[in-house]
Amino acid sequence: MAAPRGGRRPGAVLACALVWLALIGCAAIFANLLPLPSPTEMDLLGKRALPDAQHWLGNDQLGRDMLSRLIHGARISLSVGLLAPVIGVTVGGALGMLAGYFRGPLETLTVGGVDVLLAFPPLVFALAVTTYLGQSVLNLILVIGILGIPAFTRVARAVTLSLTEREFVVAARALGATHSRILLREILPNVALPLTAFFLLGVAVTIVVEGALSFLGLGVPPPAPSWGSMIGEGRESLDLAPWLAFLPAVVMFMTVLAFNVVGDSLRALTDPRPGAL
Amino acid sequence: MARFVGRRLLYLLPVLLAVTLLTFLIAALLPGDLAYTMLGDQATPEKIAALRATMGLDLPIWQRYLHWLGGVLQGDFGRSFRTGETVLSAVADRMPVSLELMVAAEVLGLVIGIPLAILCAVKQGSAIDRFLTGLAFAKLSLPSFMVAILLIYLFAVQLNWLPATGYVPFTEDPLGNLRSFLLPAMTLAFAEWPVLMRVLRSDMIATLQEDYIAMAKAKGLKPARILLVHALKPSSLTLVTVTGINIGRLIGGALIVETIFALPGLGRLLVAAIYSRDFIILQGVVLFVAVGFVIVNFIVDMLYAVLDPRIRHGRA
Amino acid sequence: MSAPLLSIEGVSVELPTPRGLLRAVDRVDLTLEAGRTLGVVGESGCGKTMLSRAILQLLPKRAKLDGRVMFGGRDLAGLSREALRRLRGPELAVVFQDPMTSLNPVLTIGTQIVETLQVHLGMSGIAATKRGAELLAAVGIPAPEQRLRQYPSQLSGGMRQRVAIAIALSCEPKLLIADEPTTALDVTVQAQILDLLAREQQRRHMAMILITHDLGVVAGRTDEVAVMYAGRVVERAPTPRLFAHMRMPYTEALLAAIPRLDSAPHTPLPAIGGRPPDPTRPLPGCSFAPRCRYVEDDCRAAKPPLADPERAGSLYACWHPR
Repeated sequence: MAAPRGGRRPGAVLACALVWLALIGCAAIFANLLPLPSPTEMDLLGKRALPDAQHWLGNDQLGRDMLSRLIHGARISLSVGLLAPVIGVTVGGALGMLAGYFRGPLETLTVGGVDVLLAFPPLVFALAVTTYLGQSVLNLILVIGILGIPAFTRVARAVTLSLTEREFVVAARALGATHSRILLREILPNVALPLTAFFLLGVAVTIVVEGALSFLGLGVPPPAPSWGSMIGEGRESLDLAPWLAFLPAVVMFMTVLAFNVVGDSLRALTDPRPGAL
Repeated sequence: MARFVGRRLLYLLPVLLAVTLLTFLIAALLPGDLAYTMLGDQATPEKIAALRATMGLDLPIWQRYLHWLGGVLQGDFGRSFRTGETVLSAVADRMPVSLELMVAAEVLGLVIGIPLAILCAVKQGSAIDRFLTGLAFAKLSLPSFMVAILLIYLFAVQLNWLPATGYVPFTEDPLGNLRSFLLPAMTLAFAEWPVLMRVLRSDMIATLQEDYIAMAKAKGLKPARILLVHALKPSSLTLVTVTGINIGRLIGGALIVETIFALPGLGRLLVAAIYSRDFIILQGVVLFVAVGFVIVNFIVDMLYAVLDPRIRHGRA
Repeated sequence: MSAPLLSIEGVSVELPTPRGLLRAVDRVDLTLEAGRTLGVVGESGCGKTMLSRAILQLLPKRAKLDGRVMFGGRDLAGLSREALRRLRGPELAVVFQDPMTSLNPVLTIGTQIVETLQVHLGMSGIAATKRGAELLAAVGIPAPEQRLRQYPSQLSGGMRQRVAIAIALSCEPKLLIADEPTTALDVTVQAQILDLLAREQQRRHMAMILITHDLGVVAGRTDEVAVMYAGRVVERAPTPRLFAHMRMPYTEALLAAIPRLDSAPHTPLPAIGGRPPDPTRPLPGCSFAPRCRYVEDDCRAAKPPLADPERAGSLYACWHPR
């Protein structure tokens, strides 16, 4: 049971996070239907223009509409952020469950493999692959997704390990259930919640990684807008128009924070240690 | 203790071998023919074939790996075909910059994180604790490139106290060197302290519930000694792990931060190698970074044994 | 006669829990003269550990303490943290239940003894180390100089409890609280530790509170016994008198639950049926009434006070004493 003073506030924060995600999500989905100027059309007379009736948030250093770029940027950030961890959660989750359930050489190999993969600087790997294979949203999703596999494997293995000793699994095994039945019916439902929580935290991390790559100019190819590249471009006019960098930074921060809040609330649900104490 | 070290070393070897293999594969399997890249557009097929033969590129991949590994084991990591610089000298050149940045950032992060964690653990549930844990949580969502922009805007653009970018060698101007490192180190430390604080805080709260802390109080020890000796040491295992992982990651230089602040460290070397398709430098630096990470993890394991005698004796 | 060393006057301890306020200790009065030994006996959860924590002023932060704990003429609850700190060690000391958890696993035995000597007696490092070795030898630890350099995990449970006792005795306290000092130990070691405590208590003329769930433990080793049930003292008498004339049915049941060597093999132990009452839901009558074999209607109606109607030096809280 939550302590009385801590009980209300996290609920309010969680609600804010969900509302923000819904807002950003809807804007991203319906970006083309919204009455917005083109995100790539330049108005060379309106460089760094202040907000007016037509451009609610002003223009960037090339005279492109900021609001439109922010909303179209949300499409890229959210699609990369949501799709890439799917690779990690499926491959890593399956590997981790198998390793944790069957133990033995399979586990040794998996744990060793995870240790090896984690030794490589992930950003370097992502950079190398995107430069050699070409910058595209699909490549970005694949690379970031594969890089996430070791972390998901670790979580899935740890949860599975603790489950295999529990009574209901032992009982199922004693009753002669097959391995696949135990894995799918007994273990998967219990691994699903912690993995989902970790997935949401993974979304937050992915948005940051995509942002960092785009910030360096190695993510989404220009002129397509992405929050990271907007921050990177805005950095050039930090002295003239600091809001050009700060506006996308705030939007990205809020989105990442919202995913972290939701993921953390979900994790707190699955954590056996009561957070109230 | 000797047996403990031996067991960990035994595990280290296959991991290191796998690291070399993977490093080699990443560089070898990347598309683009090295000989073609080296000779440029004017290359004739004969010339390319000749170069491939002299470089051993026409051999089966496992032979190339063994050949490369043999060189690595003798300290020959190859040399850049663009600048002619050996991998070893390129790394030795850039490493001091990355090391200085890493040490400055880690020290700064610990100096901020540890006292705040102790404060939060002692005042658990108080307003200050809730404020700081909330702040640390929010900070986790603020990536370092945003912090860098924010700090540049504050200290370079608005206040004009510190240089926005650039690097001054220590030997030329020690003070200027420190000034050029301050913003990048602060950027990294900003990413460090929330993690360090969260980890130490939760471990410390658990430790403060232990019987031996009640015992230390019942012995009439001074509060500072209880916190710093009796509680901090047994609570610092996770802190050491996280610090170790961070150091391991920073061995490769802080890629983004070095790029933003134009510091000539290993991270910049990597980015430059990627841009110029200098795959021998890339391979060498990645190997160096990955091996460094594995070794730092090994040292962290050893530190565990120093910090917790229970690991040293018996259940190793 | 001078004032007693320790006098507990109307002490209550309340803990907030998710189920409501838990009254762990309920208006307890006890006194203890210098050099005497008091046994506190009761089932787990009866409040005896909370009572000891109240005396030591080591209650959990959220716990609320009422009443007075007078020690050497001062009310401990009113002392500053610094004054309390100076008291702990040279005047008040404690041996906890589980030596596996009461010694710090990452500090050497030497550090844990020496730091106490240094902070309270102002000894130098060398003198304190020498004294530490003497203390370890005094509690029956062989090769004490080598033990000083070892960590708790390298010692057996019995040895660790000896170390904990040596630490508690190091500054010659006037009162030692031993909170179930043998519960976590092997049966073969229990008697040794209890004898060690009794021997040191007599030699140093130190007062001692021996807390246990085992009436057998207090039998030969205490001057007086207080039996606790559901946070209250329900019977209190000089030890010989208590064992000769047990008045409270709960005490009788506790004694009957001790296995006896002279009973026939496979004799079932008469366990006390039922469970202690929920401490967050106090009963209007005697707390033991739901489990008592001799219960009558008036037992459920009103709480019996702790009194000495026979004026024989034996207090009990029961409407229908045996």
